[in-house]
Amino acid sequence: MPNVTLTVDGTQVTVPKGTTVVEAAWKAGAFVPTLCHDPELSKPGACRICVVEVKGARNLVASCVTEAVEGMEVQTSTPAVIEARKTILELMLDNHPEDCLTCHQAGDCKLQDYAYFYNVKPGAFGGESHQYELEDDNLFIVRNMNKCILCGKCLRACEEKQGRAVIDFAYRGFKTKVTTALDQPLADSVCVSCGSCVAVCPTGALTEKAMLGKARKWEIEKIRTTCPFCGVGCNLDLNVKGGKILGATSNPASPTNGRDLCVKGRFGIDYVHSPKRLTKPLIKKNGAFVESSWDEALDLVATKLGEIKNKFGSDAIAALSSARCTNEDNYVMQKFVRAGIGTNNVDHCART
Amino acid sequence: MSISKEMRSDIEERYKRNLERPRIVVGLGTCGIAAGGNKVMDAIKAEVAKKGLDVDVDFTSCIGMCFAEPVVEMALPGRASVVYGGVGPENVVQLIESHMVQKTPVAEQAQIQILGGAEAYEGIPAMEKSEYYEQQVRSVTWRLGRTNPERIEDYIATGGYEGIQKALTMDRIAIIDEIKKSGLRGRGGGGFPTGTKWQFVHDAVGDKKYIVCNADEGDPGAFMDRSVLEGDPHAVLEGMMIAAYAIGADEGVIYCRAEYPLAIRRLNMAIKVAEEMGIMGENIMGSGFNFKVRIKAGAGAFVCGEETALLNSIEGQRGMPRVRPPFPAHKGLWQKPTCLNNVETFANVPNIIRKGGDWFSSMGTEKSKGSKVFCITGKINHTGLCEVPMGMTLRDLVYNIAGGIKDGKKFKAVQSGGPSGGCLPTEKLDLSIDYESLGQAGAIMGSGGLVFMDEDSCMLDIAKYFLNFTQMESCGKCTPCREGTKRMLETLERICEGNGVPEDIDNLERLAKVIKTSALCALGQTAPNPVLTTLKYFRDEYEAHINEKRCPAGVCPELLNYTILADKCIGCGVCIKACPTGAISGEKKAVHVIDPTKCVKCGACVPKCKFDAIAKA
Ligand SMILES: Cc1cc2nc3c(=O)[nH]c(=O)nc-3n(C[C@H](O)[C@H](O)[C@H](O)COP(=O)(O)O)c2cc1C
Ligand code: SF4
Ligand code: SF4
Ligand code: SF4
Ligand code: SF4
Ligand code: SF4
Ligand code: FES
Repeated sequence: MPNVTLTVDGTQVTVPKGTTVVEAAWKAGAFVPTLCHDPELSKPGACRICVVEVKGARNLVASCVTEAVEGMEVQTSTPAVIEARKTILELMLDNHPEDCLTCHQAGDCKLQDYAYFYNVKPGAFGGESHQYELEDDNLFIVRNMNKCILCGKCLRACEEKQGRAVIDFAYRGFKTKVTTALDQPLADSVCVSCGSCVAVCPTGALTEKAMLGKARKWEIEKIRTTCPFCGVGCNLDLNVKGGKILGATSNPASPTNGRDLCVKGRFGIDYVHSPKRLTKPLIKKNGAFVESSWDEALDLVATKLGEIKNKFGSDAIAALSSARCTNEDNYVMQKFVRAGIGTNNVDHCART
Repeated sequence: MSISKEMRSDIEERYKRNLERPRIVVGLGTCGIAAGGNKVMDAIKAEVAKKGLDVDVDFTSCIGMCFAEPVVEMALPGRASVVYGGVGPENVVQLIESHMVQKTPVAEQAQIQILGGAEAYEGIPAMEKSEYYEQQVRSVTWRLGRTNPERIEDYIATGGYEGIQKALTMDRIAIIDEIKKSGLRGRGGGGFPTGTKWQFVHDAVGDKKYIVCNADEGDPGAFMDRSVLEGDPHAVLEGMMIAAYAIGADEGVIYCRAEYPLAIRRLNMAIKVAEEMGIMGENIMGSGFNFKVRIKAGAGAFVCGEETALLNSIEGQRGMPRVRPPFPAHKGLWQKPTCLNNVETFANVPNIIRKGGDWFSSMGTEKSKGSKVFCITGKINHTGLCEVPMGMTLRDLVYNIAGGIKDGKKFKAVQSGGPSGGCLPTEKLDLSIDYESLGQAGAIMGSGGLVFMDEDSCMLDIAKYFLNFTQMESCGKCTPCREGTKRMLETLERICEGNGVPEDIDNLERLAKVIKTSALCALGQTAPNPVLTTLKYFRDEYEAHINEKRCPAGVCPELLNYTILADKCIGCGVCIKACPTGAISGEKKAVHVIDPTKCVKCGACVPKCKFDAIAKA
């Protein structure tokens, strides 16, 4: 691909043709904030926080949706640019609850970071701010639309990554809001609770219900693992604090699935600490399950399988194993059935 | 099929014969209908039947004199036709008796007479000598109020579809060159050179191209496009066809707001009959060129007039502007090269092709050619639709065409370009009406809405009105426009309520600057204009509101105080009875007083006092 060379704040930088100005600016080492821009989603150029000055342009230019062209002269922090960014942040904060103290997103919130960086405080213009009810009807997702900055990433992730298009902008002007069709509760919509919207939200507008109030962002240790639920084998990060799994989040660096997970991987990991989990084998005696030792249980199974094989032959036995077991476990299972029992009657829930 | 020479001359012949018959024609545009035109029509039909008169009763669209609706034209063979204004069903019997039977026009009710080579009447101004029309040109609007828009024969008989017939014999580039030569610029507000746009779409690579007509017309107070669509729908279709042929499109969409049902109905009729006659459809006039067009009714969002939001809306998406580039000329409807123009732009095209680009460019200024249709409203004597050559001064428009300010009041300002435009003061009255001059003064030509204000208008109130409009109509996509216009509006509201502080002006200016330079689309980029221009030209009014808590025009209710002037009050007590809240008290024959804590500033007392003793300030 041909390259183009431009200057960013006086520094020359060469990028492949088709690169956006913001990417070129980052490559040149400049700091340009972004909120609605996402490399994996379509680009609406909506939030305008990424504006820069381009020589010859009538207005400030949204760098995330402008293509870098040969000879372009870009300035990323002129007084006009800084004034615009600060004003945009002021406008966002004026319509945003002052809740960083108890907000789950604190520490991992772009709005908070930029407000800090530009030293912007709420209350510049005052006036009306949204007073929406907290939406926690969905089992896994809490929506606080008062914290929404209308970047639209959630709805683009839902439509473009998940193919669901459950949510979109509704109403107009200051009343614009991300809603389901007809502004119905998420729980009553066709949402499949995949949480892709939560994964992309730059603020605390969308959060994982199970993790709320459990840990500050900086206390969470992320441990990469493979989702145990199905054969797709998505990567996910266990969110761990004090040796306890609080939940799971996706990681853009995951080779198989990026930031996408399904409801099971993202929100189903709580079974790990469930008191209902079986930790000892149970043997049915006189119609009731009774806890036993592993030795007793395995002896019983071996005896019964041996009896069936002797009486009815190997093909009277079949085995079905689970996608939730590791490959190694599954390998051992089929080996045992074929070599140990002597039948090909072995199958697996994720075979097809 | 094609319109052969014989067919055309046959249609012209019949059209002329009809004009020579006794006729009564009622103006049935939306304005005429709203003023009661249909009832007048019924009364005329009944009276003609009752009297057994040999008179043709017909209808036309709005001739432009909205101030005089319902408008009825009466014509006798060989005599000028007289246009009557303010006709009600109750006038009909007398008018018909006098004009059609006694052959004596009712001069008092006549607005103008249209000579057309026939014998004039005494005492009625000829159209081209009348106050309203003398300085107007009738180029793109000339069929309005003169032909029946629901009859294709009227269109054909008056040169209609000659443009496309000629275009089909021309080279595509030659057509585009002719449009370039004419100097025609987009009439939708932006003023982009039409020929250049067509060239872009022509040159764009694509297996499919579209023509889109922007008939969204969302500016409050603007009805130019509605009038053209209702009065000359075939001209818009013909303009679209010529454009389609020139750029290589075979499909068109007219995006018309659903609040224009009459325009949509007349367009649909026009499309249907043009298709039936083979003027539109497959292999048009045997040329191998195909063109079909459909109407998409828009739900009436101002932002859907913005070209990319409009395209989204046609595609069934939410009406939110797209990032440009890519421009519609390269990636428009369904990502295909698309030529999008305004109603009036298209309606100008057939004339330009018929009469040549030089004819068009002979009108106007160096950079703004031709004529422009304006809707003039507000505190003027003649509200209506007018067409003027580019370069006319605002002063001529106000004091000649518009008939001056109502009730002999003083001119204060004119808002040009609707919510995206600006307010110009008396000092700017000699400004030439063209894209550059209006733009330099901080306003815009816009699509042609002109709202006139008199000395009783508060400029903050006006700015607030427009900002409230843009604020509500903002699509909500980008932060500066969505949040910023809201804060500007709140600031203005605060100032008008008497709670303004000096920093408010700085805040307004800062917000305006950021919104103008960083909003995504032109809705936001222009939304601060009404505030910026009023700040520029009427800053003292802002300061009076903020520093003195005073509304100089006496409009903002929170800043008004009603007081009784001691030297004028004779203590008659009439005002006491007029006050709904009992705020006025006083002994008989002693000076009365108003209790400001009880006064709700309704003003009911003022007209009741015969001694002008109650002052509003
Ligand atoms: C908020 C907004 C509203 C607009 N509304 C209209 C409209 O109602 N009609 C129109 O023709 N153009 C409107 N425009 C301008 C269009 O975007 C576009 O420039 C125009 O239709 C192009 O046609 P033209 O070149 O023939 O003027 C609007 C633009 C903006 C930003
Ligand atoms: S979303 Fe961000 S800015 Fe808003 S309260 Fe939470 S942490 Fe603070
Ligand atoms: S959870 Fe998934 S399906 Fe539901 S709204 Fe979010 S992205 Fe869409
Ligand atoms: S909920 Fe989050 S991702 Fe969605 S628009 Fe609001 S801030 Fe953006
Ligand atoms: S996240 Fe869902 S799709 Fe991915 S491995 Fe887990 S269960 Fe399968
Ligand atoms: S400027 Fe206003 S109307 Fe235009 S995209 Fe932004 S929010 Fe929407
Ligand atoms: S990041 Fe560029 S407009 Fe939002």
